[in-house]
Amino acid sequence: MLQRLYDWVDERLDITPIWRDVADHEVPEHVNPAHHFSAFVYCFGGLTFFIIVIQFLSGMFLTMYYVPDIVNAYESVKYLQGEVAFGMIVRGMHHWGASLVIVMVFLHTLRVFFTGAYKKPRELNWVVGVLMFFILMGLGFTGYLLPWDMKAYFATVVGLQMAESVPIIGTLIKTLLSGDPEIVGAQTLTRFFAIHVFFLPAALLGLMAVHFIMIRRQGIAGPL
Amino acid sequence: MQRGKGMKFVGDSRVPASGRKPNIPKDYSEYPGKTEAFFPNFLLKEWLVGAVFLVGYLCLTAAHPSPLERLADPTDSGYIPLPDWYFLFLYQLLKYEFVSGDYVVIGIVIIPALSFGALLLAPWLDRGPERRASRRPIASGMMLLAVLAVVYLTWEAVENHDWEAAAEQGEMLDDEAAELAEQVDTEHEGYQIYSDQGCIACHGDQLQGSGAAGPSLFDTQYDVDTIKNIAVEGIGEMPPGLFEGTDEELQILAEYIASGGGAQEGESGEDGASAEDAAGEETTEESDEE
Repeated sequence: MLQRLYDWVDERLDITPIWRDVADHEVPEHVNPAHHFSAFVYCFGGLTFFIIVIQFLSGMFLTMYYVPDIVNAYESVKYLQGEVAFGMIVRGMHHWGASLVIVMVFLHTLRVFFTGAYKKPRELNWVVGVLMFFILMGLGFTGYLLPWDMKAYFATVVGLQMAESVPIIGTLIKTLLSGDPEIVGAQTLTRFFAIHVFFLPAALLGLMAVHFIMIRRQGIAGPL
Repeated sequence: MQRGKGMKFVGDSRVPASGRKPNIPKDYSEYPGKTEAFFPNFLLKEWLVGAVFLVGYLCLTAAHPSPLERLADPTDSGYIPLPDWYFLFLYQLLKYEFVSGDYVVIGIVIIPALSFGALLLAPWLDRGPERRASRRPIASGMMLLAVLAVVYLTWEAVENHDWEAAAEQGEMLDDEAAELAEQVDTEHEGYQIYSDQGCIACHGDQLQGSGAAGPSLFDTQYDVDTIKNIAVEGIGEMPPGLFEGTDEELQILAEYIASGGGAQEGESGEDGASAEDAAGEETTEESDEE
């Protein structure tokens, strides 16, 4: 039954080559930890992807309870953490995932750098990777405010002060982020929420797609 | 593996083998038996690595619940903020004299722009064909230096932060403490004066005010001297001359009101700090806690 359904779709859309290309591409020996244990350094990229998937999933579940306004944000997080079944685990995974993903990206970047994998013809993929690194930092910064507790509020105040001290465009950046040149309040929280939940994840998804398509096109860098 | 209509690709790539592209690995047919298909063979191994990683990740999550401090209170100016750990290097950098204050542009724009710009443009800064780190000492050296700098700065930030104070200042108040923080200290000398001088009639027995007649004094933003002035000279609809006690009593009363009715705000640093401020030069070291 399933096979016939698949054949029906495949006859019309010819989907087999799409997934066969991903499934059948050969993984070279030098990145396979089964052949050389030291090749575990090639796992960092995959683990980064793994954590990002977890971040997307746990984040989606968090928004089922989280309320992005200054009256209810804190209470909703507290409720999620204390009352909701597995809420502590979901929030915990999102919290620790945010740190782990930075660690993994850092290690992945170092691996790519020290194996010289960013050299011609892979320059563009390196650039996309660094951009994703910036986006992840931005996700960390904007996500930190959302629980609206003391730590969140004051770390954001400091972060916005830093942005403000950029010459010429500083105040503009601050206003863009916090919704007001002076106040860090209700607007700031909703803006950070929008940036954290819509803008940056969308950008991240797009860049991840580009990153992976480029890997498939160019193949993994050869052994040293 | 079927590879299209007689197309020959380089390695595992989709790049046609025309000899145009350098630095692409040789075809894997040259390593017989060592390559394997991504799915399912290799993915299964990656899956195992991922599973082991996930176990560690879940243990971390279970062992250390994510922190939540008390509700944000923008008026608490005594709070020492700390960004998440991966921003600590920048946070620490900006503490140094030559990149802050007048030179903050160096710390906030020039250094980050140079280092992150260099990271972004690394492929064009290090253009040689060599890939081995040891054969391009300048690039590797700079990267090592940058990594060491980031590690050092983060370490310094962690060292210099007062973690105990930080844990205390953000501590979530339990229900009892939260209730106490909302209540005034009626045992306090200041409360006695507050009640004797008749303030209580308009401003309520919990400093909560009573609508139009007297505003709430609980979270008043006035400092001690202003409160002393208002008590004697009145303000708005409050007539002058209501306070009839001694100067000493006036001082105690003003300090009591400024400190939020001697509210016992747990161990949050703010209360102690503002009480100290309020005491000023006066030696009336009224401990309004406990």
